[in-house]
Amino acid sequence: MNTAPRRSLIAWLLTVGFLTFVVGTASAQSDDSAAKENDHLHHQHFAEFGKVPEKARARLNPLVNDRDAIAAGGKLFAQHCAECHGSTAEGGRKAPNLRAEEVQNATPGTLFWILTNGVVRRGMPVWSRLPEAERWQIVSFLKSLPLSTTEESAEAHTHKHPSRDSK
Amino acid sequence: MIRENPLHKPEAIGLEGGGHRRSLTWAGAVALLLGTVLVLPALGQESPYIVTYDHYLEEPGNLEVEYFSTFGTQRSSNDFHSYWVEFEYGAKAWWTTELYLDGQSTFGDSTVFTGFRWENRIRPLAREHLINPVLYIEYEQINDSDKITKEVEGHDVESDYANPNALARQNLNHELEFKLLLSKTFKGWNVALNPLATKNLLPSEAWEFGYAIGASRPLALKASVRQCNLCPENFIVGVEMYGGLGNTQEFGLHETSHYLAPALAWNLPSGWTLRLSPGFGLNDNSHRLLLRWGLSREFTGFGEVVRGLLGGN
Repeated sequence: MNTAPRRSLIAWLLTVGFLTFVVGTASAQSDDSAAKENDHLHHQHFAEFGKVPEKARARLNPLVNDRDAIAAGGKLFAQHCAECHGSTAEGGRKAPNLRAEEVQNATPGTLFWILTNGVVRRGMPVWSRLPEAERWQIVSFLKSLPLSTTEESAEAHTHKHPSRDSK
Repeated sequence: MIRENPLHKPEAIGLEGGGHRRSLTWAGAVALLLGTVLVLPALGQESPYIVTYDHYLEEPGNLEVEYFSTFGTQRSSNDFHSYWVEFEYGAKAWWTTELYLDGQSTFGDSTVFTGFRWENRIRPLAREHLINPVLYIEYEQINDSDKITKEVEGHDVESDYANPNALARQNLNHELEFKLLLSKTFKGWNVALNPLATKNLLPSEAWEFGYAIGASRPLALKASVRQCNLCPENFIVGVEMYGGLGNTQEFGLHETSHYLAPALAWNLPSGWTLRLSPGFGLNDNSHRLLLRWGLSREFTGFGEVVRGLLGGN
């Protein structure tokens, strides 16, 4: 067999396989996202907070008196977090509402620990690649957010999954 | 080495061939273009490394498209310009998969497609630890004219690249490459160490070994309030060193090549990342200079868009 068609065939099989794989995993992620919408999984998201070590939970935000921390944290949030958590942190298809009571009542140390370690098995990457000060800036921004009202949560839920709610 | 029959004279994929293959190439290119223009760019916080890997994976559902270029000097033969394109996809937060397409132009010789690689990186531990391991496995189907020097292994030396392309490309290699990516970020500094082992799939070929080590740090550890291209936090500087460690028959530094390369990454708010890294050979077996640069862009939600284009929910 001529090697040129064979190599070409292998290259195309690999490309098609790669695209199929991308589509397949995207579907799986979508299914995951839909499943995360139910209350049980919502609580499971925040169940990670219960795993934060006591020492980490007690850490104080060193930038609490930094006037620029919230604004800089907002910029970092828009750059790195909004794609999953929504531009106003109201939650998205892939990640939970960060204006929820569980987040707003969590200590700064808890949020910093979650940000550093991620929730890898549930799709949140580790963010230790951001310098520590930048992670604290994001924590400052998150703690500055208003708590979601029940109506806002319901509206965000409807916006994210209209077909589910119309069923 | 798995040698193809030289009488068949393999053609360069994509450069020559029938209309059917060209139409497939165009269809693939259009699908990729559609996928990438319909998704939003995301700001990367990419490391400056070109050879070394840290333990950070692609965010799930995101696609990063990267182009890298290497100008290499060559004693006793012609200098070259090699290049590769990477399509890096975050399958899960703990799993990144990547397709490479390699090519090169040797001055005074020719331009050839040299092969492809399929890489997977898997993070076994859920949280950050003192040292964070990531498992790396790659299948390579490249011929001897490949000059991207994405890693240095075994007894790779400068003179390996001296053969004319017409001769070198006839020898096709099927290889598996394993790396253990060890990395830690502390006080803004990332330090990464990647031991590697490569096996040509021919039973007679020995395991080859190599290493890459890198350290990097952003120019500023705190973000500024304003959006800016030239803010110091957008720049990450580093240095990497990589080389071969022989093979199972002769392990060690004898007849191996090694490089030291300062590196710079500029992460632009528009979603583009530029990288620049001049690599300097550390012994007579190494190329004197490997000047590399790269351009990459990360696209969010690529998986969802592709699924939507194909009629998924």
